[in-house]
Parts: sequence; structure tokens; C-alpha cells
Amino acid sequence: MVCVELKDVSYRYPTGEKRALKHVSLQVQKGEFVAVIGKNGAGKTSLCNAIRGFIPHFYKGELSGEIYLNGKNVLESSISDLTLDAGYVFQNPFSQTSGTKETVFEEIGYGLECIGMERMQIIEKVRDIIQALQIEHLAYKSPISLSGGQRQRVSLASIIVMEPEVLIIDEPTSQLDPKGTADVFEIIHKLKDMGKTVILVEHKIDLIAEFADRVIFMDRGKIILDGPAREVLTSSILEEYDCTMPQYAILGREMIRRGYQIPSIPIVLPEAKDAVRPYIRTEE
Amino acid sequence: MAYLEIKNVGFTYENGFEAIKDLNISIDRGEKVAIIGENGAGKTTTAKMINGLLRPTAGDVIIDGMNTKDYTTAQIAKKVGYVFQNPDDQIFNNTVFDEVAYTPRYYKLNTDEIERRVSRALRLTGLEQQRDVNPYDLSYAHRKFVTIAAVLAMDCELIILDEPTAGQDKVGMDHLAEIISTLEHEGKIILTISHDMEFVVRNFERTIVMAHGNKISDGNKRDVFWQLDKLQEAALHQPYVSQLAREVGVKEQIITIEGFLEALQPL
Repeated sequence: MVCVELKDVSYRYPTGEKRALKHVSLQVQKGEFVAVIGKNGAGKTSLCNAIRGFIPHFYKGELSGEIYLNGKNVLESSISDLTLDAGYVFQNPFSQTSGTKETVFEEIGYGLECIGMERMQIIEKVRDIIQALQIEHLAYKSPISLSGGQRQRVSLASIIVMEPEVLIIDEPTSQLDPKGTADVFEIIHKLKDMGKTVILVEHKIDLIAEFADRVIFMDRGKIILDGPAREVLTSSILEEYDCTMPQYAILGREMIRRGYQIPSIPIVLPEAKDAVRPYIRTEE
Repeated sequence: MAYLEIKNVGFTYENGFEAIKDLNISIDRGEKVAIIGENGAGKTTTAKMINGLLRPTAGDVIIDGMNTKDYTTAQIAKKVGYVFQNPDDQIFNNTVFDEVAYTPRYYKLNTDEIERRVSRALRLTGLEQQRDVNPYDLSYAHRKFVTIAAVLAMDCELIILDEPTAGQDKVGMDHLAEIISTLEHEGKIILTISHDMEFVVRNFERTIVMAHGNKISDGNKRDVFWQLDKLQEAALHQPYVSQLAREVGVKEQIITIEGFLEALQPL
């Protein structure tokens, strides 16, 4: 089932000289885990905003083409009609906190309150999500007292609790340490197991290699590559566009260049082990 | 005496939280040092004590012979430039130029010198085309470079970059590498706080590991990234190629792709 569809979408911000999106077409199936990569200014966040209707409803500007989310025509729906279809986790966690709640517990329940859910049900759902995200120690702290990394986890919780069909997550780990980053990727992976559709914007390419099914590479508003993670992350086109590859892919490509025979370019650790093992020096 | 001396320093926040316990670090002129450790390990608190935003509640922080207890933050800021973790905590001017020129103007430098410093800072950060733009019309990653430019224009002896790689793409990473190497050639001290192990390996030599408010390791990056027990204690991981080298039993302590390639059997 197609969950997100864009047909020849082009868009220019009201004050923009150039178009932020140029002839973008794509389909995302329900349950897919899609990562969007590309340089800053490539159009990744604009793409996210188009899917959830903030482009054009909030940002205005010029838009052409068609956008469908969960079967709804985004251009003909209001932002509030789309809220429960797509949950959006902001790039900057400081932009997401409501500023009106005294505890993290209430902050996470805020969205459910807004849609008029019954009190006991809210408490139950918030409790579950706090447990799933292992943020029990933050539950009764003030949201504005949290560090960047802690806020990122709370932002994620306050969106997941709404149980949207599609989760759009914009750089969820930029402020997190390696352990926190790994935890967030585990959570996102769990969401995928729950059948959710995940669209993730992220620069940490080595983790994308480990978790994403499909990768979309954008540059200057256009989709340049769209395919299985392995295909996109090992493509020489990334190099041409001065974009980072996973560490193991860089190693594999350099081995091939130097004449080593390896079965395929690795993107994750187990594959890298297979690729290098025949060439490891043993005791002389 | 080293340029920076952190001697038996402790820091306890007003709510009683002891963020730093008996910390000792000394850094000489010309050193490039990375501090790594998990969120809450005390890295940013340490950085803020070095530039005088915070004063130690125990022990002494001495910069170029000046004990921070006896000087104002403005006096210390002439020696130590601090690039905040969140650029939005730092930016308050309406154009990139004004933001970067703020401190040189505050120091009442002449117009030519201000222009020279700002131009250089904008060139190093790749923001020459954006000088008249409002910083808030730029992306988060570019705003981070605005704050780096503002600190470069202060021409301090010691520069602290707190999480400079957050949200940066490869172009941004390359800019950072260039800035760090330029500062190194000028004999400056560069101190970074980072969660990005590949960035640390690429740009720094000495690496300090912090955990629960203290230093648990301090040395050459190659040694530090192979102290598996210390990394585990700090909830950190080795660089990706080091993990691979360890898993397949490479004898050398690898930390770079180039090093890994050299350790393979020659063809």
C-alpha cells in the first residue's frame, strides 16, 4: 500500500530565489524505512514539510504537482486534517517543546490532550511510551531544564505517543552522544517493526547503512538517487557530489582501487569483516 | 607553566549537582585537544570554566598565568573564545557581518582591522557570500559557522569548539578541518568537545576521555581509542575501522582507513 506519494512536485519559498524542490516524484510504501541524505540546503527538510502539508499551507510560496499522504490529497487538506497522519520530529528539539507544561510527563501528553483524549487513557499511553523510550528518570523534570540530547528523546516521545501512520524525523541525533544515538536508532527500528512508515533525515551515514531499507539522495532540490540502501550508499555518484559514504564503503572502494578482490562493497561491519578477512596478515 | 592549568577543580551547581570532581588538565601552546564523553559527563561545564562563564567551586583554573577567580569574564574572553553548542544561544545581530564584527568593534579596533578580521573569518568559514544575510535565514549548520566566524574574529589564543559537527555535511566537515589546520599553523590552541569519533581522529592529536565529572583517560588518540575498558566506562565506541580491525584480529592499533589499508597483506 502506498502511504506517501509525490508527483512532479516543485516548490519555491516566498522569499526564495531558487526552487527548493524540483520535479520531485516518489512513492513510499507502508512500513518502509526511508532515509533522506544530502548536503545542507539539498531540500531534505522541504521534502518533509511538503509531505506533512506545511508546504504550502504554512510556508505559502509556489507549489506545483500533487502530494498524497495516507490517501489524502495534501493540497486540499488542512494541516490539522493531516496531524494524525504524519508526525514530525523537529530538527532543533528546542523548537518542539511547548513551553507550557511543567513536567516531561505532561509535555508528552500535550498532543493527546489537544485531540480530546480521555484523561486515564492519556496517562496510560504516556506511561507506556516513557517506558519504551527509557526516559523514566526525566518524567517529572521540567522540559525546559533538559539538555539538548534529553530534549531530543522527549520530542520523539511526544510524537510517537500520537501514533501517526507516517513518522517524519529530521536529524534526531544531532545533539546526542554515541550511546544516545544508538538508542534512538533502536527506537526508530522498533517503530518499523510495529509497521510504521519512517522517513528519516540524517547525516550519520554509517547508522543509515545499518538500519534503513531505502535511501534517497537529494541535491539542490532534486532526487539524484533513490534505491536500496546498499546501492545508493556505495554509488560513485555520492563521491561526485562530494557527499560522505559509510566508513566501510570508503575502505572497500579503496581496496578495489588498489587491486584487492572483494565480493561486494561493504556498508556494515559483518560485510566488512568478510571483505577484509582474506587479506589480514597472520604471524610471520 | 602551561598556557592552561586546571588544578584540582570541582564544580557543584546551585542545586547541589556535582558536575566536576577533582579535575586536573594542563594544555600547552600549539596543542590540539579533543574531549570526548557521554552527555552529562561534565565536558561543557569544563569548557565554560575555561572561558570564565563559570568559576570553579573548588580548585583553580589558570589561563596564561591568570587565575580566573581574579579576573572578569570579559578579561578572560580576550584569551579564550568559546563557540557555544547551540548557535542560537550566541547569535543576536541582524546580519552575519554585524555578528562577526561585534567583538572587534567592542574592542574599538580601527575600521581596517575590523574589516580584515571579519573578511578572514568569513573566508575561513565559507560565509563570504552571506555577509549581509540575517543569520536566522541560514540553516542550523551555517548558523554554527557564523558563531565560529565570530570567535575567529576575536583572535584568541585558545579556541573552544563545542560540538562543531552537529548537523554538518561533508562540505561543513571539510571547512572545519581547514579552520582547525589554519589555527594550528598560527600556533593557536584548539580544544573541541565532540561525539564524532571520526572527526576527532581526523583533526586532533591528544584525546581526553571524561566520565561522571572526571578525566578517565588522557593521551595520544591512538592509545586512547584502543583503551577499550575506558571507552566502555564512558559509553563511547571506537572509530568504525578500529572496530573492524579488532574483530578480524589486525595486530596494529588501527584508527584510520589509510592505516587499515597499510596493515593488509601487500598484493
